[in-house]
Amino acid sequence: MTALTSVSVTVPAGTLLALVGESGSGKTSLLRCFNRMVEPDTGVIAVDGVSVRTIDAIALRRRIGYVPQNGGLLPHWTVLRNVGVVPRLTEAPDADGAARIALERCGLPAERFGARYPYELSGGQRQRVALARALAASQDLMLLDESFSALDAISRHETIEAFAQLRATHGFTAILVTHDLGEAARLADEIAVMRAGRIEQCAPLSTLITAPATPYVRELLHRALASVRSLAQA
Amino acid sequence: MTGTRHLHTPCIRIVSCASLLLGMQMPSTALAQAASTPPVVVASKPFGESYLLAEMFAQLLERSGRPVQRRVGLGATEVAFAAIRTGAIDVYPEYVGTGLVAILRDSVTQAMRTDPRSAFSHVATRSLRKFGVHWLAPLGFQNGYAIAVRRETATRYRLRTLSDLAMSPARLTAGFTSDFIGRADGWPGVRAAYGLTLADVRPLAPALKYEALARGAVDIIDGYATDGLLAKYDLVTLDDDRHFFPPYEAAALVSTRLMSADPGAVAVLAALSGRLSEAQMRAYNRAVEVERRPLAAVAREALADVGLADTSASPRDETRNARPSVWQFMRGRVRETLRLTVEHLELVAIALLGAILVAVPLGLWLVHRPTLASAVLQVLGVVQTIPGLALLAFFIPLLGIGALPATIALFAYALLPIARATIAGLRMADPDAAAALESMGATPRQALLWVRLPLAAPVVLSGIRTSAVLTIGTATLAAFIGGGGLGEPIVTGLALADMRLVLSGAIPAALLAVTVDALLAIAERALEPAHRRTTRRDSR
Repeated sequence: MTALTSVSVTVPAGTLLALVGESGSGKTSLLRCFNRMVEPDTGVIAVDGVSVRTIDAIALRRRIGYVPQNGGLLPHWTVLRNVGVVPRLTEAPDADGAARIALERCGLPAERFGARYPYELSGGQRQRVALARALAASQDLMLLDESFSALDAISRHETIEAFAQLRATHGFTAILVTHDLGEAARLADEIAVMRAGRIEQCAPLSTLITAPATPYVRELLHRALASVRSLAQA
Repeated sequence: MTGTRHLHTPCIRIVSCASLLLGMQMPSTALAQAASTPPVVVASKPFGESYLLAEMFAQLLERSGRPVQRRVGLGATEVAFAAIRTGAIDVYPEYVGTGLVAILRDSVTQAMRTDPRSAFSHVATRSLRKFGVHWLAPLGFQNGYAIAVRRETATRYRLRTLSDLAMSPARLTAGFTSDFIGRADGWPGVRAAYGLTLADVRPLAPALKYEALARGAVDIIDGYATDGLLAKYDLVTLDDDRHFFPPYEAAALVSTRLMSADPGAVAVLAALSGRLSEAQMRAYNRAVEVERRPLAAVAREALADVGLADTSASPRDETRNARPSVWQFMRGRVRETLRLTVEHLELVAIALLGAILVAVPLGLWLVHRPTLASAVLQVLGVVQTIPGLALLAFFIPLLGIGALPATIALFAYALLPIARATIAGLRMADPDAAAALESMGATPRQALLWVRLPLAAPVVLSGIRTSAVLTIGTATLAAFIGGGGLGEPIVTGLALADMRLVLSGAIPAALLAVTVDALLAIAERALEPAHRRTTRRDSR
């Protein structure tokens, strides 16, 4: 079975690309191509103009921040240790120091949160720890796989705002997988609408609204705008 | 306590299949032979009369100046016979009928029923040809099935033979051993042969049936002709006047090894042929099983009675008065118990350590191969369902008897819980966290050591704990194949109906299991991942 066919995207440095689509549309598979968790049969994935195939997969992954849906924190490690996990993997000199800085930047003071275990945190705090962990790994590129989807509405909003803030400050490149167009609208410079392993259209939100390339894109945007409108009327 | 003599023998079939499959004589058998060359290895099956006869064989050989090694209480026919066939033991007492029905699996002809000599020559010839095992001339008494009633019942209904019982208007309730109820050459056969009808047939444990009959709970039981308890309770055995049961003459079974290595020893043993009567054996069995007199003393008296030992220096009276309480008895056995406990722990520790070293890596390897994993677990599950004694017997043709085959059998038993726990533990060990870690550039080894193993450790250890407790219990069976350990007094105590002896093995074994379980529970708690320990503290 082919998950992706004839896909082509470019993410300029410092921008955020959102991959939007239903489950099974291939958005997560595409995301995982970037850190070689999925190897495409043909085609080229390049980071900074270098094909990822030429880079050792383990080394590549350690250079890319990664934030999975449920945080993926190690339950038996403290927050500080969790955040420092990638420096620890690379045996960098001061893993805890790097972790403290990253935590601070994500609005979680290390003195208060560093010694806690993941189960002692709220869902939103856990995802922020996951963000800090990704930040401690890389200041350049971050992959987010439905990172905010499992949170309840309010903490989700807070976490998304915290992330937007973080990007505003640090300006790293990011690719975000989400099924939520609103989230993509808030965070993305460009949105790639995916369906059945293909990219229907990749453009800024305004272009998607004014000039949808396919009936599916038009339908998707139409539905999203309608639900926002009905919410506003209520 | 002779109930175990007629154990079903499916294991014999397994054993012979195994040797066929391998199609060769394993070198370890030769090794076992070499190790036992100097002493003559005398063995018995696990019931009183077999112990007594083996002790008589042993004393006879010792009197002739030969060193003797006693390997008594070997579990049932299949184990003892496999051991003698492979030369792991040299001599043990067996019964012609058992040889015919259970070992050779031949049908019983009318000639054999009426003429014990015809049965003996058939069994002796066939055993030699098929297995290379020699039967010495019978010892002189038969210990066949004996249908027994209270004397009062026999008098009231004028019962002397089984035919009398068939004609009698008496409506009797039977208490038979389940073995006798099930075997074609037991109750179903004898009922058909005589046209017997009974009011009710209840299954009874061998140890309870005499008591039940004496107290009137049942009216008729199955026993064996030389049971000491027949004499104790003054019971009447009904004559098998139609010769339904095959003859159960007792005789010494001798290995080919001894036959060629020391024909003189065989001649010494043959001196006992034809010397023992049923009445005598009944009295000796009674002395051992009812009066609880020491085996060695009774054996010496028996040999003296037939003129094969001096009558002097018989410590009959002093031993009879010595009847210490359970507590005194156990205190007197502290050193012996400690020795057996160490032996037991050695068996368990080696088997368990081996199982951990194999099953944990096996589980790690299998966890990402679900189809193979379920197949392997199924095979290990089948191993686990093999009855302990059968598994032990399985290894005799390959490894002889003693601690080595016992350890390997225990090892095989211990594998399943550990492998299963390892796989389950790894599967439950937060797959999200492990996957996230790999996405961030952890090598599979790092993901294993940092996440999977620490999170799986308590589950793996609980599997080890299960195996440890299981193995400590199962290791008591090692005594059935001469593997030593705390099973030794249990097996002997059961055979001689000596509860103190049974307890002197069973209590330490139980304490050992409880202690090891508690120690491993502490280890399990120590290995529990930090976050779960904290949870527990909070919830207190």
